[in-house]
Amino acid sequence: MDGVHDLGGMQGFGPVEREENEPVFHAEWEAAVLAMMRAAGSHGLFNIDEFRHGIERMTPAHYLRATYYEKWLDGVTRVLVEKGVVGAEELAGRVAFFGQHPDAPVRSAVPGPLPGRGAANPGWVQDVIRETGARPHFVAGDPVVTRDMHPHGHTRLPRYARGKRGVVHCCHGIHVFPDTNAHGEGEQPQPLYSVRFDARELWGESAELNQAVHIDLWESYLLPGR
Amino acid sequence: MGKNHPNVDPYIVSRVRALESLLLEKGILAPDAVDRVVQRYESDTGPMVGARAVAKAWIDPEYRRLLLDDPRVALARFDLDYAMLMVVENTEAVHNLVVCTLCSCYPWPVLGLPPTWYKMPAYRSRAVSEPRALLREMGLEVPEQREIRVWDSSAEMRYMVLPQRPARTEHLSETELVPLITRDALIGVADVRPSAAAAP
Repeated sequence: MDGVHDLGGMQGFGPVEREENEPVFHAEWEAAVLAMMRAAGSHGLFNIDEFRHGIERMTPAHYLRATYYEKWLDGVTRVLVEKGVVGAEELAGRVAFFGQHPDAPVRSAVPGPLPGRGAANPGWVQDVIRETGARPHFVAGDPVVTRDMHPHGHTRLPRYARGKRGVVHCCHGIHVFPDTNAHGEGEQPQPLYSVRFDARELWGESAELNQAVHIDLWESYLLPGR
Repeated sequence: MGKNHPNVDPYIVSRVRALESLLLEKGILAPDAVDRVVQRYESDTGPMVGARAVAKAWIDPEYRRLLLDDPRVALARFDLDYAMLMVVENTEAVHNLVVCTLCSCYPWPVLGLPPTWYKMPAYRSRAVSEPRALLREMGLEVPEQREIRVWDSSAEMRYMVLPQRPARTEHLSETELVPLITRDALIGVADVRPSAAAAP
């Protein structure tokens, strides 16, 4: 989707602001969000593409205002509610409870003993390579053109690199395809390439001198160039 | 708290705790999961694996070749199994820079958690379109004859820069080199400098 998350080349955000001696977490709730995202993903409740698309569907103004872990909270919550893992009403009830009892321990809201937990796959995020035997259509050095497309769903072809000419740098193997995997349409693995674009192709006369961008792109994003 | 972290709305904390309690109740979140995350990233991270690998590559040409050609095997020397990393080398001709314009992908296993600026719109928007101006603002002057090669991490592949070894560090051992190698240099927004203390 052409969302506000697709930031490459946008202007007006000002200088990069670096925080001196930045702490690992600014508050404990940030660590809790990280722990929940990992727990849910490693139990197979969503895949990484569904999670990313959950974040992308924040309203643009909220996305830009939110801190990183607030975005994650929004994405995790949206996807878990959509999948029925968490009920919208039970969640609203708990939010109201902790709103009224801000000092209550998390455990105090859970009735009865905690259940055992099922098997988890801690390597779930990196688990994307599939040895399907598919033969890559392109090899290093091949000229390609990216498709000019504006899908409403999830995609990893950034807006700034659509309809652009590049050259294949290398093939990373056969990877799960996010555009389908984010929407329950299966993994549909296909070759993933590093494609090199000259900055002049991407930014025209505004390009800086002597610059290139390498982007990792799935085969179905690419057409043969000349 | 920095400017990127205004005082948090108590409503956000309520939402976090509400979801936490439900995931505990459903057997998804372990009771000690949050403590373990804090422990892992605040206490156990130690020297970044990335910095240790770079120092080794500077000392040992064979290891440098391995780190560039087969990072998974190279990182196994540090008890890390990381299949998704590519290491890109800075030279006199090329300066590499890593970004994720679509979200905030970052090589956590070798660099730890990303700094906030890496995740914010200013860096993500400008790194691909005006990297030389951006780096200059961040304190790194890259001459125009040196290509800036930006790696936009749009898939699950992750990128780490192998910076150039600074002059006047020939006398330093691998262990002494490690603390000079900053996270920012491994992202590509800084060079490695011989520290005043380390200089002869």
